[in-house]
Amino acid sequence: MDLNSINDFLAAAIRMAAPLMLVGIGGVFTERSGIFNIGMEGTMLIGCMVSVYVSLVTGNLWLATLAAMLVGSLIGLIHAFLTVTRRADQIVTGAAINLFALGITNLLNSQLYAGFEYRPRVTMYPIVAPEVLQELPFIGPILFAQPVIVYLAFLLPVLATWILYKTSWGLNIRAVGDHPHAVATAGLSVNKLKYQGVIISGMFAGLGGAALVLADLGLFATGMTAGRGFAVLAALVVGKWNPVLVAAACILFGAADAFQLRAQTAQFAIPYQLFVMLPYLLTIAALAGLVGRTVGPKTVGKPYDPESI
Amino acid sequence: MDQSNDLSTLRMVGISKRFPGVLANDNIDFEVKAGQVHGILGENGAGKTTLMKILYGLHQPDSGEIFLNGKKVEIHSPKAAGDLGIGMVHQHFMLIENLTALENVVLGLPTKHPPLLDLEPARNRFNELTKEYDLHLTPSSPVWSLPVGDQQWLEILKLLFRNAKLLILDEPTAVLAPKQAKQLLSTVRRFAQEGRAIIFISHKLEEMKEVVDCVTVLRDGHVVGTVDPKEVQSAQLAQMMVGRDVFLDRRERAPYKDKKEVLVIEHLDCLNDRKLPALRKIDLTVKSGEIVGVAGVDGNGQRELAECITGLRQFTGGTIHINQKPVDGVINDTTLLGYIPEDRHKTGLVLKFTVEENLILKTFEELPYTKRGIIQWHEIRQKADALIKEYDIRTPNSMVPVNHLSGGNQQKVVVARELSNKPALLISSQPTRGLDLGAVESVHNFLLKERNRGAAVLFISTELSEVLTLSDRIIVMFNGEIMGDLNAEKVDVNLIGELMLGHREGLEATP
Ligand SMILES: Nc1ncnc2c1ncn2[C@@H]1O[C@H](COP(=O)(O)OP(=O)(O)OP(=O)(O)O)[C@@H](O)[C@H]1O
Ligand SMILES: [Mg+2]
Repeated sequence: MDLNSINDFLAAAIRMAAPLMLVGIGGVFTERSGIFNIGMEGTMLIGCMVSVYVSLVTGNLWLATLAAMLVGSLIGLIHAFLTVTRRADQIVTGAAINLFALGITNLLNSQLYAGFEYRPRVTMYPIVAPEVLQELPFIGPILFAQPVIVYLAFLLPVLATWILYKTSWGLNIRAVGDHPHAVATAGLSVNKLKYQGVIISGMFAGLGGAALVLADLGLFATGMTAGRGFAVLAALVVGKWNPVLVAAACILFGAADAFQLRAQTAQFAIPYQLFVMLPYLLTIAALAGLVGRTVGPKTVGKPYDPESI
Repeated sequence: MDQSNDLSTLRMVGISKRFPGVLANDNIDFEVKAGQVHGILGENGAGKTTLMKILYGLHQPDSGEIFLNGKKVEIHSPKAAGDLGIGMVHQHFMLIENLTALENVVLGLPTKHPPLLDLEPARNRFNELTKEYDLHLTPSSPVWSLPVGDQQWLEILKLLFRNAKLLILDEPTAVLAPKQAKQLLSTVRRFAQEGRAIIFISHKLEEMKEVVDCVTVLRDGHVVGTVDPKEVQSAQLAQMMVGRDVFLDRRERAPYKDKKEVLVIEHLDCLNDRKLPALRKIDLTVKSGEIVGVAGVDGNGQRELAECITGLRQFTGGTIHINQKPVDGVINDTTLLGYIPEDRHKTGLVLKFTVEENLILKTFEELPYTKRGIIQWHEIRQKADALIKEYDIRTPNSMVPVNHLSGGNQQKVVVARELSNKPALLISSQPTRGLDLGAVESVHNFLLKERNRGAAVLFISTELSEVLTLSDRIIVMFNGEIMGDLNAEKVDVNLIGELMLGHREGLEATP
């Protein structure tokens, strides 16, 4: 590998990590509130399609982003209703969301580009850094020639940490996944907090989908999230439900993804599939205790029954 | 002080609450006044906690009304209760272990500069209150690192922080060592002097006599009566509570004839959870047909001793033999060992399982409960019903989840399971913690029956009085060592007290 391709790889790694990081931040909030949302994968996929559709119709990138977030929140709301109010099994509900997302996006895929002769690329997130910075040798393309959403993705973990540790609401979220009964006796609404956590994860999964399309590819393709939402679930474990660490894990996974794409084209001794496996291998290593104790929020996955206090 | 927030009387009228299969509260009338400590006494399952949960907005009554200062109030949620100045310390800790003491205290409180958490003013208030009430709590320590006694104080601090005018204390002393309990009682008196109203629940009659102004006795969900505990005999209170006479004094017993060594411990060393020495070169032998009581202040190695014997904790030195077999792992043989653990929620029961599932937990794989790999529910149910009858477990039927039972009846489930296979050795850790007098009596009876059958019984309790009444021999533990090994028939209580504090001087004087 020469310097140029290393440079190219690093820039891609960061760009490809951004959607994962966005989804990961949402994941932190839902699991901290005590609800698994494996439906983030499907929500992300729907986010991809919605952003392309709105972009094609309105031509407005930001409306497209907002729409993806809105639809994501709605799916989150449904997941919250089923798992919190109806106390349904969180894994089953999440799996249902994923299957639904796959089905509906496949179904609508042909409609999406109806009337176009070829699949046009939609407008992408702009690159906002001044040209002088972008043209800096080596670091320019990596740090400054990035679409604006990447900076948001890097800012969010810091913001999320601040919210979790410096605001009252953050304290409530940290508490509710561990001991919902204690939160209820402190006079707070457990269900409200859980709804908030789940909806946030839906919103960010939608945003992550938009970022995947509008920062990188510009097109919708069926099944294009390709397990990224699941990789985020892995990042939550590796990053021990801490926004900054989760984001770091996402960057690692993004890099693995970027590398894998390059390995596919380059003639390489190592099969590229190994890099596709990397996030999951790391998760297994994390669960096996190689990165220290990883114990999640104590009641995550368990329905909360206020009567059994 | 905010006048509108004052509480002079609180009255509950005609409160009824039904759970599937039980009438937990049956038309209860109850009243507390500011400046008073009002006790509630009642058997396990009498409905004390249910009544308090209704007052705190955690349960809604099926019928009945609540009046505050004569005005009718609706308490739909803990928040509503908090707004009325009502605070509650729950029977089981409501603390989040991964958060700090201070974070636990401020959880749910409004802050000065929302949405910021703004812990600094709270930290000052925390330190002021701990100073004022002489509590030794550090705001920044995570709760998991606190001993249980401190966790209980933290629960009380939560109420003070909210400046609660009515404090509901549901068995606050159950997990405390005698000295800590003393401090708690005097603090409760102080709350009353400050003009607060206190509802105090406990199973210990001496505590009631010491701290309350009047006590209401509940039985099977209804009020038996309200009396001044200083004016009635303990026996009479017990009679009101259980509906029969309770005998908790030392019992006559015949020496067991066919004595052989069942448990032999030699030079046992082990570490506690913090990797510090918990036991130092312990030697102990327990023979068949004897109850060896282990006295001592909580945390002097009793828990670790029990865990080593049962194979739950690895020891670092020495040997343990049960019926000549060395202990080198968890013991599955229920005819060899029965174990009543100290914490029934964490190690004694699977809370989500039903009563029958818990009763059969250790033997379900054996005949006749499993045949050719298939569980025989019919057999299990029959066995469970027999045990429920024999051990007087109060439950609608054997198919309710065990976490719907009252604390005392949960404990009876553990006792029944552990004794049902007639173990050669029985280790019982704090088996009467949180039990009502009647239940304490029956646990004592069960243990004594085991002894007379020929079981070797190791009876660990921080309650000195019950060690004295039940044991044949008493050992006293201090700082991981056995301070003395005494004959319980002619023991000097003061000597035990000294030994519990680590003073050995008295021992040499009485050979
Ligand atoms: N959530 C619930 N669901 C069903 N039954 C319940 C529930 N909570 C309590 N009960 C039942 O109501 C009755 C009263 O229970 P409660 O906890 O009020 O007793 P208690 O007087 O506090 O006993 P203890 O001294 O053991 O704490 C018991 O029979 C119990 O099994
Ligand atoms: Mg109770």
